[in-house]
Amino acid sequence: MVQKRIKSVILSGCEASAEGAIRAGCKFYAGYPITPQNRFPEYMSVRMPEEGGVFIQAESEVSAINMVFGASAAGVRAMTSSSSPGISLKQEGISYLAGCELPAVIINMNRGGPGLGDVTPSQSDYFQSTRGGGHGDYRTITLAPWNVQETYDLTYLAFILADRYRNPVLVLADGMIAQMMEPVKLFPWKKQIPKKRWALTGCKGRRPNSIKSLFLTPGVLETHNWKIARKYQKIIENEQLYHTYMCNDIDLLLVSFGTCARICFEAITLARAQGIKAGLFRPVTLWPYPSEHLKRIAEKVKKILVVEMNCGQMVEDVKLAVRNDVHIFFYGRPGGGVPAPEEILKEIKRI
Amino acid sequence: MLQKTEKYLYRKPESLTDNITIYCSGCGHGIIHRIIAEVIDELSVREKTIGIAPVGCAVLAYDYFNFDVTEAAHGRPPAVATGIKRCLPDRIVFTYQGDGDLAAIGTAEIIHAAARGENITVIFVNNGVYGMTKGQMAPTTLLGQRTTTTVKGREPYQHGFPIRVCELLATIEGAYYIERTKIDSIPDIIKTKRAIKKAFTYQIEKRGFSLIEVLSTCPTNWKKTPAESMEWVRTEMASFFPPGVYKDKGVAV
Ligand SMILES: Cc1ncc(C[n+]2csc(CCOP(=O)(O)OP(=O)(O)O)c2C)c(N)n1
Repeated sequence: MVQKRIKSVILSGCEASAEGAIRAGCKFYAGYPITPQNRFPEYMSVRMPEEGGVFIQAESEVSAINMVFGASAAGVRAMTSSSSPGISLKQEGISYLAGCELPAVIINMNRGGPGLGDVTPSQSDYFQSTRGGGHGDYRTITLAPWNVQETYDLTYLAFILADRYRNPVLVLADGMIAQMMEPVKLFPWKKQIPKKRWALTGCKGRRPNSIKSLFLTPGVLETHNWKIARKYQKIIENEQLYHTYMCNDIDLLLVSFGTCARICFEAITLARAQGIKAGLFRPVTLWPYPSEHLKRIAEKVKKILVVEMNCGQMVEDVKLAVRNDVHIFFYGRPGGGVPAPEEILKEIKRI
Repeated sequence: MLQKTEKYLYRKPESLTDNITIYCSGCGHGIIHRIIAEVIDELSVREKTIGIAPVGCAVLAYDYFNFDVTEAAHGRPPAVATGIKRCLPDRIVFTYQGDGDLAAIGTAEIIHAAARGENITVIFVNNGVYGMTKGQMAPTTLLGQRTTTTVKGREPYQHGFPIRVCELLATIEGAYYIERTKIDSIPDIIKTKRAIKKAFTYQIEKRGFSLIEVLSTCPTNWKKTPAESMEWVRTEMASFFPPGVYKDKGVAV
C-alpha cells in the first residue's frame, strides 16, 4: 500500500488538524486567539497563504464564524477553530449555518468551564456539541479524535461530511490533544469537492441564488425543519463511527471518548494484567451516537463504567443506548482534571 | 416593443425583481433599494454582484434584488461580506444595514472591516429607530426623540448619546471613502445615487472600503406622515448628522 511509504512528521494536535484541513482543500480560515488552540491560527497564518487560501485573524469568534458563513456561502471549504468560551460565542453563527444548510468545519479544543474556567484539557462541552449548541431544532455532526493522527484524519472527514450533508461539523478535541506532539502520517487525501450549484458566485448564466434561514410564510419553516430532520436521520443511519478494544471476552465495559478513552486504554491494559476482564467502547462520532453498536457490545456485561473529563454528560447517551438492567457507573474529573490510568483502575476494582 | 425612434427614459431596473416589498408607505428602504439597483445596472455588474441582507426591515432584500443575496445574522454583514469577498475578489460585494444592525450589535464588525480595508461597499440606512422590532431606540436615535423604549425622549445619561458613524469611521486608516447623504428631496436622492455609484466604482477599481450612510425615514415608528418624516430628516436628523463627504482617498487634496 502507498500509505506504508509515507514518513511520519511530528505535529501538535492543532497543527495536525490545520494540516488536515489544508489537505482536504480548505481555502478559508478565520479565527481568534484563545488557549489552548493558539497554535491553530498561528499555523494557518503561515500555511493558508502558501496554499493560495485565505487566513484572517478576526476581531472576535462571533466575527470569525460569520466570515466562515460568507466563505461557505461563496462555495469555498471554510473553517474556524477555537476553545470553549469562543465556541459559545460562535453558537448563533453555527445555528445560522445549520438553518441555511451551509457546510463548515469548527474545531473545539475543549478547556475547563463554565465561564472563563481554566486552560487545561476538558470534555465539558459534550452537551453543547451533541445537542445542537445554539438555538433551533438542529444538530451538528461531532467527531472526537483520541490522538494527533486521528485529529488529522477526522478533520479531513469533517470536510467530506460537511459538504455531503450541507451542515456544520464539529471536531471536539481538548487541550491535551491540541498541544501534545506526536508522529503523524500525512496521508494525501483526494480532494473531492462536490459542485455547489447553490453557492453565491454571481448570477451569470443562471437565476439568482439566495441563502436564508428565514421562512415567514406559515408552515414553510415547519416544512424546512422536517426536511433537515430527515437529513439528520440519514446521518444517524450512515455516519456512526466507534472503536472497541478488548471487547471479545469482557465482564466490564468502559465507555469513554477522546483523550479520556486513551487513558482508559492504559487502565484496561493494567486491569487485564491483574486478570480483570475489562474492555473499551469508544464513540468516535459523538453525534450521531453509535447507540446500536454500544447496545450490542453491552449485551455481554452487567456493568458499564463511563469515564469522562466532565461531570458525566455522556452517561445520558449510554443510558439511552443500553438495556435497563445494566448498572451504569461514572467516574469523571471536571474543571480541567485529567485522570491517571491508576485512578481508573482503582475505580474498576471498586465497582 | 420600442420603435427605433423611441427610447426608455424610465423603467424598473433589471436588478430589481417584480416582487412587492413589505415596506410601509413613506419608508426610505424602497428608494434606497432602487438607487442600488440602478447603480448596479448602470455599472453592468448585476451578474457578478453578491449582496448581504441585514436583520432588520430589509431582511427580505433577497426577494427584491435580482442577483445573488445571502442573509446574515444581526450585525454580522461585514464579516459575511469579508468571507465572500476574500474568496471571490473579482465579485462585487455589498452589505445593506440598518442602524441597529451596524451601529449597535454589529459595531465591532463594521469597525474592523474598515480597519482591514476590505474592498466592499456598505450601504448604511440610518432611520433613527429599530424599525423591524417596532420602533425601539437605536444608537442613532436623536436626543429627546421618543421611541417605544424612550417614551419620554432619549436622555443622554440614561440612554446614551447618539453615535455618528461616518465621523467615527473616517478616523480609521483603512477606510477609503465615507459619505453621508439623505433622501428627503429629489436633488438629495440624486446626490445619494452619485455617492453610491462612486462607492461601487471604487470597489470595481479595487480601492477598498466604502460606506455610504443614508439618512432615511420610518413614518410608522416615528408616528409621522411620510411628508412630515421627510421634513424630520431635512431638519432634525441632518442637523445632528450633517451630510457630506467625510473621507475620500480618491480625491487628491
Ligand atoms: C441576535 C439578535 N438580536 C435581536 C434581534 C431582533 N431584531 C431584529 S431586527 C432588529 C433591529 C433592526 O433595526 P435596524 O438595524 O435599525 O433596521 P431597520 O429595521 O430599522 O431597518 C432587532 C433588534 C435579532 N434578530 N437577533
